[in-house]
Amino acid sequence: MSQADLTMEGPSAGLTAGPAFSVPTKKLAMWVFIIADTATFAACLVAYGFVRNATPNWPRPFHSITNVAVMTFILITSSLTMLMGVRAARAGNKAGALRWTFITAAGGIIFALLHIHEWLVLIDEGMRLFKNPWGTGLFGASFFSITGLHLTHVTGGVIALIAVGIRYKGGRYKADDLEILGLYWHFVDLVWMFVVPMVYLLNLAH
Amino acid sequence: MTSAEEHNSGGMGKDLVVYLCILALAGLQFVIAYQNIDASQMFVRMLLVALVEAGLALLFFMHLATEKRGFMWFVGIFTVFVLLALQYGWTDSFRMVSGVPWAK
Repeated sequence: MSQADLTMEGPSAGLTAGPAFSVPTKKLAMWVFIIADTATFAACLVAYGFVRNATPNWPRPFHSITNVAVMTFILITSSLTMLMGVRAARAGNKAGALRWTFITAAGGIIFALLHIHEWLVLIDEGMRLFKNPWGTGLFGASFFSITGLHLTHVTGGVIALIAVGIRYKGGRYKADDLEILGLYWHFVDLVWMFVVPMVYLLNLAH
Repeated sequence: MTSAEEHNSGGMGKDLVVYLCILALAGLQFVIAYQNIDASQMFVRMLLVALVEAGLALLFFMHLATEKRGFMWFVGIFTVFVLLALQYGWTDSFRMVSGVPWAK
């Protein structure tokens, strides 16, 4: 029996039979990335919770929720616009898909700008990586690392949205590619749902 | 029907309903933040709301609800295992702040 026969008919034939779980390979790769990234964010948030729980003089520097509320609204809404973009692409409406994709990217840019503004306000109030005027110096390190990691994801997502959008317009990418990028964008939104209560809302100055 | 076709069949209305639900739940987290309860209770309530939000986003925004059952199990088992595996150290964080009974 030749090697070709073994591949086609032997015990390993299933390995070449088709994509795992009947999910397209690119989409599966994105899901595996999302699972890995979930582990990264979860590790950061658990470590943050551990330190916060074990530190009596944990700072509560946030006096207003307006900025974080607006940021949350923008990010959740950008998930909806992403869905609209994918829907338009599936319907063959290329212009609509491109418009919604760029609106999503614009949402991401506004979110990132608001985030940077918030950082600058905190830095202006004296918060640094390892010291701040309110309590333990660990707060700055954990705050900047968690929100910074999320901001990096948003920035990467915006760049990807613009790049994929342009290539979709040029015909190089298809609706499937937009859908896969949409998975990433929704994941960024999903992570924010945990960052907001843990990092901001539990540290409101009452 | 492929999964892509399935999740398109729900229409924009379903997406809008899910979006409004997630928005309302996010608002609920802000309401909880101003409740007069202790931090641990607040944390539990916010975490529960965040889990529901995340579930809605996973199932409907990320279309996990319309994927193959085996794939849902694959994603679910791996993710839950990783999240649970991270929880082993909590008792130590309580030891650090209260000192007993694990301090000796």
